[in-house]
Amino acid sequence: MPEDNVKYPAEDQSLSPVNRKRVVIGPEGEDILVDPLRDYYCTARPEPELPRQGIIEKFMNWARAESLWVLGFGTGCGSIEIPPLLSPRYDAYRFGVAMRPTPRQSSVIIISGYLSVKTLKRVIRSYEQMQNPKFVIALGSCTINGGMYWDSYNTINRLDHYIPVDVYIAGCMPRPEAILAGFNKLKQRIKEGRGEGANDYIKNLDWYKANQKKIIKDWNMPDYNW
Amino acid sequence: MEQLLDRIIAGFEAADIEKRKDGQVFFTVPKPKVLPLINHLKMFEGFRNLILMTAVDWIEDNQFQITYLLNNPDTKTDLGIRTFIGRDGEGMDSIHELWGHAATFQREMKEMFGIGFPGSPRVDEPFLLEGWDDIPPMRREFDTKKYSEETYFPRPGRETHDPATYMKQKLYPND
Amino acid sequence: MELATKTGFVLLGLFIILNWGLIMAGIIRKIIARASMRRGISVFQPYINLIKNYSIRSQLTHGVMFYLGPVFRLSGGVGIFLFMPLIHDSEIWSNFSFAGDLILIAYFMFFGMLGMALGAGEGGHPYSAIGISRGLAQFTAIEVPLTLAILSIAFQYNTLSISEIVARQQGGILNWTLFTNPLATIAAMISFLGAMGHAPFNVVMAPQENPIGPPTEYHGTFLGVLQTNRAILHVIESVLFMNLFFGGASNWFELIVKTFFIYFWSVFVGMVFPRFRVDQSIPWLLKIPVLIGILSIVFILL
Repeated sequence: MPEDNVKYPAEDQSLSPVNRKRVVIGPEGEDILVDPLRDYYCTARPEPELPRQGIIEKFMNWARAESLWVLGFGTGCGSIEIPPLLSPRYDAYRFGVAMRPTPRQSSVIIISGYLSVKTLKRVIRSYEQMQNPKFVIALGSCTINGGMYWDSYNTINRLDHYIPVDVYIAGCMPRPEAILAGFNKLKQRIKEGRGEGANDYIKNLDWYKANQKKIIKDWNMPDYNW
Repeated sequence: MEQLLDRIIAGFEAADIEKRKDGQVFFTVPKPKVLPLINHLKMFEGFRNLILMTAVDWIEDNQFQITYLLNNPDTKTDLGIRTFIGRDGEGMDSIHELWGHAATFQREMKEMFGIGFPGSPRVDEPFLLEGWDDIPPMRREFDTKKYSEETYFPRPGRETHDPATYMKQKLYPND
Repeated sequence: MELATKTGFVLLGLFIILNWGLIMAGIIRKIIARASMRRGISVFQPYINLIKNYSIRSQLTHGVMFYLGPVFRLSGGVGIFLFMPLIHDSEIWSNFSFAGDLILIAYFMFFGMLGMALGAGEGGHPYSAIGISRGLAQFTAIEVPLTLAILSIAFQYNTLSISEIVARQQGGILNWTLFTNPLATIAAMISFLGAMGHAPFNVVMAPQENPIGPPTEYHGTFLGVLQTNRAILHVIESVLFMNLFFGGASNWFELIVKTFFIYFWSVFVGMVFPRFRVDQSIPWLLKIPVLIGILSIVFILL
């Protein structure tokens, strides 16, 4: 980007230059307003996708429960407990648990430990990009009531005020056995048809968004990250 | 080491010298002497590695302490250089031209303590706290517990015990 | 045979190939797990993953080509299947194979990649384009020794019909191309390693590399289509190599055993060797395998 024909408005000084809103002078001298952060903005509200009825939904829930694809996203110290889970000793693969590197393909997000406000923003983006149905496992006491960071100025106290949580695994940190038990609990929950967190999130979107926006002061993303 | 300390005391008014262990010395220099001293140490004494720089809030004395930790890999010696600046908006000279990564430390200090480092690159951009609108959180007049309770929806029913008295009650209830 | 019956048998063959592909993927994953001393997934886990992907409720699209990407990929796999004779000397299991089918199949192997490139390019994910260009570059390098080997056996048997090539290999194990033209077999089996996407050449699909490469944005049904295609493609490419180099199959059991071992060759190498970067794999493929391929042609023509 040639710097000499770029003018920045006074706002957005906290963003890096690539992301700032700016007026670019085109080849014929015309002014073009460029706002990179809003290039792919979709402002539409999401709609809840209701489950089917009867045996079809039960069969699908069984498949969903037996094939849990986990988003490889570690937020806090708990993410160090995830790699042993896939090692020969604990071997979570035998429960159908596998790691996926992209939120589009994964159905479970593990919030592993304390969650700072900066990370919460990334968690919300990743969570909303996952496809319905999606499940949240919260690891460690930090996600339940703040844990040892309960009076910190920068870590949240209750995760369920920001995204719907399916299973909490208590402990600081929980051992891999406890995480495996949590996965089995989640499977049981999905098979019972109670894994409807994604729809709850969309139905109560206003409440969740109000809580999120209360602590994320520089809200520079769409209300729902498609 | 002793000769080095003598040179520093003579040339840069170092005081309050504290030998922590073999090859690790902390001392205090007045603020105007810090930059010449660090320059001298980097150019002529072989301290070419900045391990970290950090700040401490001495709210009772109304001053910040800034500590630079330098390392000489050849002689395996560390020098901790302390200096004191006023708490009320007094800035500090930037050393980002000596070490590029000092800019990140300075950015963090600017965010956490509000210490200004004029000229340091990207010093005003948010580092950890995006969109922070309160006073810098590591200043000691900031009440982090109150802020957390107001902001982060504390879960009701949380109890806190002093470990000593709690365990005493548990183990020896009759005492 | 009239067309309706023929179509029925083709669909039945496709169904068998798909199921064998899914079960083979499960067995291979189980073997890999046991080799690394784990219990590993259940053999039927690929089925569960497939059902789960098809039952994802919400889908996002990025445009028409995003839809068509998996469709092209699937038609690449099914296209190879349609023109591949499965069982030697059996009219019902020879699908739509004809005199020049070898050229068509070599084309279809590339077709799916190209369709995927168009689709993933529209996905909006910035690294998809990098993954796609890596994948296409590497696949082009893989095709070179394979094409040389195919040319070599075309000269050897003087035909481009796969059924004819299989027929010429009958009558004992020593009539296989493996023994009559070993150099072409070596060149082709090296390129087979690349085509199957196991370890030395799987940097394109590796999740640790620029998050997952081409299929980053594909989810739900799109991913289900891609998985279906992968199950078909792995078996049917093994069938191609079986027909060209290992004497074909005279019944389904022989087909299953031979494709398993041919596919297992790539898994075996993948378990033992680490991963190439693209800038290492392409020069490697263009040196020794190409030389072997040229030598095989020279020996056949002499």
